[in-house]
Amino acid sequence: MTTERTETRASGPADPARRLDLYRLQVELRRFEKRAYDLFMRNLVKGTSHLSLGQEAIAAGVALAMRPDDWTFATYRGHAHTLARGAPMTPVLAELLGRENGLLGGKGGSMHLTSAEHNMMGSYAIVGAHLTLAAGAAWSAQYRESGQVAVCFFGDGATNIGAFHEALNLAAVWSLPVVFVCENNLYMEYTPIGSVTAVPRPAADRAAAYGLEPVVVDGNDADAVYDVASAALDRARRGDGPSLVEAVTYRHGGHSRADPGTYRPDEEVEAWLARDPVTAYRSRLLGEGVEEAELLAVESGVDAAVDRATEEAIEAPPPSAEAILTDVWADGGSSWRN
Amino acid sequence: MAELTRTEMTRTEMTLRDAVTRGIAQEMRRDESVVFLGEDVASAGGVFKATPGLLAEFGPRRVRDTPISEQAIVGAAAGAAMTGLRPIAEIMFSDFLAVCWDIVANQIAKTRYMTGGQVTFPLVIRTANGGGLRFGAQHSQSVENWAMAVPGLKVVAPSTAADAVGLLAAAVRDPDPVLFFEHKALYPVRFEVPDGELVDELGTAKIVREGRDCTILALAAMVPKALVAADELAASVGIDAMVVDVRSLVPLDTRTICEAVARTGMVVTVEENPRLCGWGAEVVSLLTEEIWADLDGPPIRITTPHVPLPSAAELEDATIPSATRIVEAVRKALT
Repeated sequence: MTTERTETRASGPADPARRLDLYRLQVELRRFEKRAYDLFMRNLVKGTSHLSLGQEAIAAGVALAMRPDDWTFATYRGHAHTLARGAPMTPVLAELLGRENGLLGGKGGSMHLTSAEHNMMGSYAIVGAHLTLAAGAAWSAQYRESGQVAVCFFGDGATNIGAFHEALNLAAVWSLPVVFVCENNLYMEYTPIGSVTAVPRPAADRAAAYGLEPVVVDGNDADAVYDVASAALDRARRGDGPSLVEAVTYRHGGHSRADPGTYRPDEEVEAWLARDPVTAYRSRLLGEGVEEAELLAVESGVDAAVDRATEEAIEAPPPSAEAILTDVWADGGSSWRN
Repeated sequence: MAELTRTEMTRTEMTLRDAVTRGIAQEMRRDESVVFLGEDVASAGGVFKATPGLLAEFGPRRVRDTPISEQAIVGAAAGAAMTGLRPIAEIMFSDFLAVCWDIVANQIAKTRYMTGGQVTFPLVIRTANGGGLRFGAQHSQSVENWAMAVPGLKVVAPSTAADAVGLLAAAVRDPDPVLFFEHKALYPVRFEVPDGELVDELGTAKIVREGRDCTILALAAMVPKALVAADELAASVGIDAMVVDVRSLVPLDTRTICEAVARTGMVVTVEENPRLCGWGAEVVSLLTEEIWADLDGPPIRITTPHVPLPSAAELEDATIPSATRIVEAVRKALT
């Protein structure tokens, strides 16, 4: 094991209402992704999609630690990060279904969810590229002295692409207010990350190369994630520069819709399913004296919201063909000639 | 107070590289959100000395040296542009765009469209383009046609110092991403440039020599060659060639181009890019579709052969279109 800082006594949000928010958000992400999966199975979602089932504690824990004007940059596995910043379920689900009321009007799909009004600045589907964009947003915050921080999520696979290293180096050299969060789910896509990476911790073991502390956190513990994210966000806001956080977690399913994930040993899958972040957080709240009725109310509220969003997405019409020639340019059009 | 007319306008002689510095400085003085980054651009003033003095005037917050990280350079420009700044990023040689083409072609060009118009990228990527300096095939390419092929990118290539200032200003003020190709063979060339603030218009071609017999369409360093060829054609065989500086590939000034070609009925494109899918192919296709009846003969494309650029002086000069090649091609077609 390499040098690392593991948060053993996670505290999470102190305010009981915020703790319940953290639970609600994880339940939302879980139930939304399950519904998305069901809709793929019914062939209502075309193309591909990459679910965050099992990784909800990271999206939820970081998002709740952020300021509303902080920016999120995410990957093609970005449903959870989009919802976590406050984008409503209906347009997100409708985008997966390619409907007119989709978050992107049907032009982006599952892999490009963006909600600029929630400072969710995009989901990027070329591995690693968006780390450089997050650094640029952080540069803008630094230049304008706005106190904003850019948070950038990416998978373990991204640590082996050039853009990761270019972005980390630039962020460190310019002391940019950016938090890089590696969601290490142990598989780059189908291949175990350890078998294609020179160091055991794909992100944390690279931190020293950029003068950063190696930070590893239990990505299945929302409180631990919240604590680590809060510290990294504070550091960035103080002007002390970037952080690189490695949150260790596990995908409950395969890499994408096309992948049943059968390459993973059964006992490994079972061990991680036993460490489900959502049920773990539920038990923790019960242990702290939260009434089960309160949690059941949260869960049924989320279920109703998911059902409503499903209905509103399925009932919506497909986008009209006029949308094809819009939004290439800032004037709203697509003309290449005068 | 009498208005300053064009004839009274005072002018200063300057090189194209000086014009680039002037254009950047003009925009940085006007707008605090304009920032500039690239390799060796600040302390060193650029490897082509196209940006000296900017660090001294605007300071290290606005004029930033970067590591050799083309993806980080254009990625940082993109992230800054989508969050309120108007960055100018320099890619030292246009050949290096291949190193960061993902960020340019996949992120910057497409994200506005993919998000249903939620974000914009008001940024400029300046880059030294083209051959003639014996640098060999990895530092000499003309790659403006790469950019032209990607929806979401505007593409500009000036041939004079005044155009460099004015079009750069227009590019900085434009709300969309602009790839600004500066021809490295033109950097040391001296031009008369009007004093005062210059702001041009993207998507406008310019007739730089009137003529009755044929219309030569050229871009960047091919424009002065076309002008030399036109003078030679007039002197040697009495052919009166019109020369149009295309200036902007996207948006493309199809109105000016179609009118200019229709007036002579004969079109010649002069392109520094290799043969296949050069910008002239697109223009010729457009002309044959839209003004077929006005054409008196087949369009002629003069390009580099479809080869990487060789290094030796004699080879490079024989590869890139020259005034002599233009003269020969036009003479053959018209006599």
